[in-house]
Formats: sequence, structure tokens, C-alpha cells
Amino acid sequence: MSGIDLAIANLTSPMVLFFVLGFAAALARSDLSVPEAIAKALALYLMLAIGFKGGVEINKTGIDARMLGAIGAGALLSAVIPLIGYGLLRLTTRLSAVDAAAVAAHYGSISIVTFVAGTEAVRLAGWPFEGYLVAVAAIMETPAIMVALLLARRAAPDRRGEPVGALLREIGLNGSIVMLIGSFIIGAITGPKGLQMIDPFIGAPFRGILCLFLLDMGLVAGRGLREGGRLLSLPVIAFGLYMPLISAVLAAAFCLVLPLSPGGAALLITLSASASYIAVPAAMRLALPEARPAIYLTLSLAVTFPFNLTIGLPLYLFLAARVSGGN
Amino acid sequence: MDMHPKKRIEIIVEAPAIHRLTAALESAGVTGYSILPVLGGRGSTGTWSRDGLVGGAGQMVMLICITDAGRVEAVLDHVMRLLSRQIGIVTVGDVAVVRGERF
Repeated sequence: MSGIDLAIANLTSPMVLFFVLGFAAALARSDLSVPEAIAKALALYLMLAIGFKGGVEINKTGIDARMLGAIGAGALLSAVIPLIGYGLLRLTTRLSAVDAAAVAAHYGSISIVTFVAGTEAVRLAGWPFEGYLVAVAAIMETPAIMVALLLARRAAPDRRGEPVGALLREIGLNGSIVMLIGSFIIGAITGPKGLQMIDPFIGAPFRGILCLFLLDMGLVAGRGLREGGRLLSLPVIAFGLYMPLISAVLAAAFCLVLPLSPGGAALLITLSASASYIAVPAAMRLALPEARPAIYLTLSLAVTFPFNLTIGLPLYLFLAARVSGGN
Repeated sequence: MDMHPKKRIEIIVEAPAIHRLTAALESAGVTGYSILPVLGGRGSTGTWSRDGLVGGAGQMVMLICITDAGRVEAVLDHVMRLLSRQIGIVTVGDVAVVRGERF
């Protein structure tokens, strides 16, 4: 599949079009909305389905050095990307050190919804991928937050005395992580037999539910852009567009040495290029409350997420095919 | 019916900070409180709404507790140690309760 074909297939998929519908409806001030409880239930479903399926793959292949290598690479990428992001933000924008550290944390961590959309784009391209990428996704949530805290504490020495233990526990026990890892472990224990038992629930309905969830994400992103877009300067918006590409190239370099399939490489690149908007914003409200959520949440959700979903994914698949020697 | 004068403390705070807030209240000797979701609103930091949100950031919750007037200052000390850096609103009002021994 050529780069153009990948882009067309992605942009015309129901998932992306439902996101665009939500985004446009929010910008047009439609009263279309998804109640919070339903949005949370949809997110739980997606974590369950993606975690379980990843675990089933591990049940088939077992834990090996390739998996550990990918997890190590993911953790390293998550720690390094915020350092690059922070440096670029301080060089190119007028954000304070604390705001820059908070934004950088979002770009080092990952968006699990972008990952889910990435798995669909990879399936659409007909590429298989390694199930352990789900574990890589979960591991990549945290290092970025710790690096951002170190950056912020360097900039604000009065914050050094605060304990990080409680924060680490809160991040580690974040509901989406618990659901993802828990489902992954259950999938790994029960294997194909377990999958057969719940496949009618997590198989066929998956794409339809993803459409509904992405409609909601479009609504939230559009609303965020409408309300918070004016707070973002042009250099900050530009960061939200070029930083995913820098992260993608960095991850692609890792893929040159990691024994990943094209599908697996595409997902590692997608994870690296994505920016968190669920776990990290909540962690930042506790760890760096002085940082302005209107900046980091709007940038991550209303700029980078739509970019990744529409333009980024086909680019990452194209890149993955080049670095992993696939299609 | 006998009524007992008490103070009602209302705190609107960011959802991710609620567990820290309740811990602060408990360490200040507050024995009970209620937590309500805030559907949406607008303040100096912008507009917020719960609709469609999956994570806690961007959501606000309201905590209500009723306490003796003599304990309000100590409670607010504990609360403000946490909230001075968070987005939120703290108000204190006069109320009367029927079962005074409970607060």
C-alpha cells in the first residue's frame, strides 16, 4: 500500500470521520454531547478489548527478549522525548519552565486512544503486529512524567521537598492503566480459549464503539480548541504539530534495531508520536498545579490528537514500512 | 425543635485533587463530608464541563462539610495548604443543623 493509499484509507475510515463529525459539531456549537459516564464506559471497554487481545497474543508467543527489548525502548523513548520537547519549548516559545515541563510530559507519555486508532489503521493496512505493544504502551505512560517533574523542580527549587511516592502510586493506579494491564494479564492467562468466550463482546462491536468514542473525543477536542485555542501562541501550536514528527523519527531510529514487524514498528512510532490527554493531565494537576491546563490539555487534545489521527497515522505507517523493511 | 448553629464549608476543587483534599480534612478532624459532581462552569482559568471527559483533569467536584465554628480556622489551614496552588473556590457560610452532636 503506498503512502497516498494509506492516507486515503485512514481519512475515509468511519473512525476518523466520526472524530471529524464530533470536532466540527463542537466548533459549530452544536448541543451534541456524550455524557461523562458513557464516555468513561466506552474508554473502559476499549482498554479491556485492546488489553485482552494483546494478552492473548502473549499467551501464544510467550515472553521473550524481543518483548523486553521493546519495553526497554519504549521506556527510554518516554524519558528522552520530554527532554527534547522541553528544550524546544524553551527555545521557541515564551512558556514558563513549569508550563514547558508540563507540556513536555504530555509528549513523552502516550495517548492510548491514538494507539487504539493506530491498531485499526495497521489492521486496515493488513499488517499483523506484536501483542506485547500493549505492555509497551502501559510502560510509556510514566517515565515522561518523572522526567518532567525533575525538569520542573530544577526550574523551581522550592518544590524539591515534596514526596513523589504518592504521586507515583496515583499515576501507577490510574484507572485506564489498571484496566489495560489487568485485561492484558487476564488475556495472557486465558489465551485463545478466553478470547473465544468473550469474542462476541470485544470482537465485532469494537470498531462501532471506537467510532462512538472518537465522536466523543472529537467533541471534547473541538470544545477545547474553541475555549482554549486563543491561549495558544503560534509557536506553541507549531510545537504541537512538529513534536510528534520528531518523536516519530526518533522511534523509527529505534525500530531499525528492534526486531519489530511493520505493524509493530508503526505502533511504536505512533505511541512515541502521541501525546497523553487522560493520565498525564490528571498527574500534572497534582504534581505541577502551577502549570496551566488550558495550555497543555488544549495543545495535546485539540492540536496533536487530531493531527495524529488524520495526518500522522498514515505517515507513521509509511515510516514503519521503510524502517522495518515491510510492505 | 432545637437547632444548632454550625459552619458549612463548600470547596469546589479539581477532581484529581479530591483524595488529597479529603485526607487534609480528615487530618484536621472533620468527621464527615459529601462530594458532588460539578456539571460545568466558568472562572478565571476558563470554562469547564464534565461532558465527554474520560480523565479527571478538566473536571471539578464540590465538597461540602459542616463543622463547629471553633474548628473552621484549623480546617481552612489544612485545606489551604493544599488548595493554595490548585484551581478552586472555598466558601464558608452559616447554617443551622438539627442533630448538632453529629458535627
